[in-house]
Amino acid sequence: MAKAKIRSEFKIRRDLEKCIQCQACVRMCTNDVHYLDTESNTIMSFNNRCVGCHFCEDICPTNAITIERDTPEIKLNYHWESKSVYNIIKQSETGGVLLSGMGSDKQYKEYFDHIVLNASQVTNPSIDPLREPMELKTFIGRKPDKFIINEEIPPQLILETPIMFSAMSYGSISLNAQKSLARAATKYGTYWNTGEGGLHNDLKPYVNNAIVQVASGRFGVDIEYLKSAAAIEIKIGQGAKPGIGGHLPGEKVDEEVSKTRRIPSGTDALSPAPHHDIYSIEDLKQLIYALKEVTRYKKPVGVKIAAVNNVAPIASGIVRAGADFVVIDGIRGGTGAAPTVIRDNVGIPIELAIAVVDQRLREEGIRQHASLIAAGGFRSSSDIIKAIALGADAVYIGTAALISLGCHLCQKCYTGKCNWGIATQDPCLTKRLNPFVGEKRAYNLLRAWSLEIKEMLGGMGINAIESLRGNREQLRGIGLSEIELKLLGIKHAGESW
Amino acid sequence: MERYLDDRTYKIPSGCGVVGIMNTKGNLFSGDSIIVSICNMLERGNGLGSGFAGYGIYPEYKDFYCFHIMYEKESVINTVEEYIQKNFKVVYKEPIPSKFVKSLKFIPILFRYFLKPREEMVIIKSIDEKEDVENDFVVNNVMFINKNINSAFVFSSGKNMGIFKGVGNPDEIAEFFKINEYKGYIWTAHNRFPTNSVAWWGGAHPFGILDWSVIHNGEISSYGINRRYLENFSYYCTLSTDTEVIAYLFDLLVRKHKLSYEYASRILSSPFWSQIERENFNKKDFYTKLRIIYGPALLNGPFAVIVANTKVMMGLNDRTKLRPLVAGQKNDMLYIASEESAIRCISKDLDKIWMPGAGNPVIGRLKD
Repeated sequence: MAKAKIRSEFKIRRDLEKCIQCQACVRMCTNDVHYLDTESNTIMSFNNRCVGCHFCEDICPTNAITIERDTPEIKLNYHWESKSVYNIIKQSETGGVLLSGMGSDKQYKEYFDHIVLNASQVTNPSIDPLREPMELKTFIGRKPDKFIINEEIPPQLILETPIMFSAMSYGSISLNAQKSLARAATKYGTYWNTGEGGLHNDLKPYVNNAIVQVASGRFGVDIEYLKSAAAIEIKIGQGAKPGIGGHLPGEKVDEEVSKTRRIPSGTDALSPAPHHDIYSIEDLKQLIYALKEVTRYKKPVGVKIAAVNNVAPIASGIVRAGADFVVIDGIRGGTGAAPTVIRDNVGIPIELAIAVVDQRLREEGIRQHASLIAAGGFRSSSDIIKAIALGADAVYIGTAALISLGCHLCQKCYTGKCNWGIATQDPCLTKRLNPFVGEKRAYNLLRAWSLEIKEMLGGMGINAIESLRGNREQLRGIGLSEIELKLLGIKHAGESW
Repeated sequence: MERYLDDRTYKIPSGCGVVGIMNTKGNLFSGDSIIVSICNMLERGNGLGSGFAGYGIYPEYKDFYCFHIMYEKESVINTVEEYIQKNFKVVYKEPIPSKFVKSLKFIPILFRYFLKPREEMVIIKSIDEKEDVENDFVVNNVMFINKNINSAFVFSSGKNMGIFKGVGNPDEIAEFFKINEYKGYIWTAHNRFPTNSVAWWGGAHPFGILDWSVIHNGEISSYGINRRYLENFSYYCTLSTDTEVIAYLFDLLVRKHKLSYEYASRILSSPFWSQIERENFNKKDFYTKLRIIYGPALLNGPFAVIVANTKVMMGLNDRTKLRPLVAGQKNDMLYIASEESAIRCISKDLDKIWMPGAGNPVIGRLKD
């Protein structure tokens, strides 16, 4: 029987006049796209192998390569678009679950693109951040309701900018990628997150700026791990795969990963879907307090959940269970590997989630008791400032941080063949990512976005980020329905105060 | 009565003139001087809102809460009075004395009531908390009326003090309320330049709750979060003016959280981190804690505000001093105003005159 072939997504255009046949592309591409055709003595490509990571394009010394999107040739059909057709073909071949990396790429409404910001005119002078102080300092942790003399306040993380690096484990990303982020965070005065892969020895110098994760697999968790970090995060869920556990295949568990995760090398690292000691909120409370006991109440302990339908009451329960911060991860949140169908279809957008959670906690009078961290696909400083105005104390960036290290969103993280040396453990590939250069680039991103946030704040006539936090009067919706405006708690553009 | 843009639903940015005069010994003086002073700053208003607050003006009823209420419809008076009767003993009631002033328009029906909370409505465990519980009770009742009863508005609710305000120039409003006939030891006045047309008398300053009164020149950019922060503590802003937010914040910080006026001013107009860094260890620790706990209470944006209650009059600027504020002193008299001329015109021979720095409060306390 004739079998349908998967059409290539990309085509490689090579300018033969420019090509000097150095074969860098041939040697470098992990997907073996390029080869030297000895008969014709020219370099050729297998288009169908290309994942669109643009690595060859970027390293080609003569700019001879251009990667272009290939147009599918099947009959135009708005219901049966080519992606669905090819997915069926793939699945009828393998009988398996389709995997993806990164966050959902579906065309859901981008609420951030329907929100605009305010600025001062006449009645209120705008502030020039180059001439006057502009404060982004942010504290993550439980705040007391009132000041009492001689009473210590609960432990706080101090951030110089309200942007942190999201949890990405050693295993899902390379040690060099983690090092880049850890160094950048330390240098800027913010935090990075170990993910649930344990803490590698090489990263110990950066523990003061590390948030360590305790997830359902408990990988790498021991007393030293908990005590060394700045804060602890219990991971219940992840925006890319709410309700789903994790699976690091045994092939990726080399000697180093094995040491860090505290599991035998070559064995699969399976994180169960739920924590098997947390089947309800009271169990979560026990774990929060177990971790607080262990760290003598000196470190904030938070909980990360995926944004789902009931996110507001769930977050309220988490705060009441004693969490010092709650992380909400929206549907655009990324991952190293998740079933495509889950990644693309489960969860709700972070804009709505953060708005309803902030509102709910205020209605219950407990907003002060925990910080709120938003995560899930922040693309720019304006997304971040909007999230903060909706109610977030700070945000986590993951995908954006990886893009600063070279990622081109090919979504093939789960293959372990990342040409950019990010989502792989292959030493030949990981050495392509120089942690010193990576540090610089990730640091630059933090710096650039912080500067932009200051500019936008100054424009609003605000000189401290805490005056924007939850200040939805500074936002207006464009093209949003009444229910959307109500959920976001903002007015429509054109409405005055 | 026709209303166009109504600042019960819209927040209206406005520029203004403010002035406060206090005799720190508690000696009473007539409202004449405050009228002269505020009228010296007509330039800062546009005739769309003025008001006065006087302390010590009701000595014969000093132990009773005095509600000033404006009614826009006669029909609503009964509803409100029934509600008040249910919760308070009405000691005395009368229309607020006023004089016909031809140029004033949209004049509401104005009444004042001297009230005592009904014993059975105020449940206390010990005598110490009596005042606190009564105050909370009054706040709740004022909020209830303002929020739920249309066309009625309680604009003054303290003891031995009163707020008088309306739409008009300060000289007109003073004449209307016969301000010169009252005697008080603290007087504050406000002259408003709202940026739209309002016909609603409630929108003018001072704004008050209990014996707090606030007059304010500026715009609070942090209004959105200040308002939501206050909701955490069951203060609901019904007026959409930033001035209301300032009054509630003072009530929360000083009355409820028992913080001093200095501490409150460090919260509302907090020092910059770079200033905090330079302080010694104790102060640094203290300021840091205040900012961590009370970050959402920070008032951001330009303002010059004069806050008063029966014991204190205080002037405060925003953290970068984006609005003018001058203070002067002569013997027991303390003056705070937007312009030096407003002080000089009533007290030529001052002991001291100075410009308080950004975020540095000027505090006048009543001596025993």
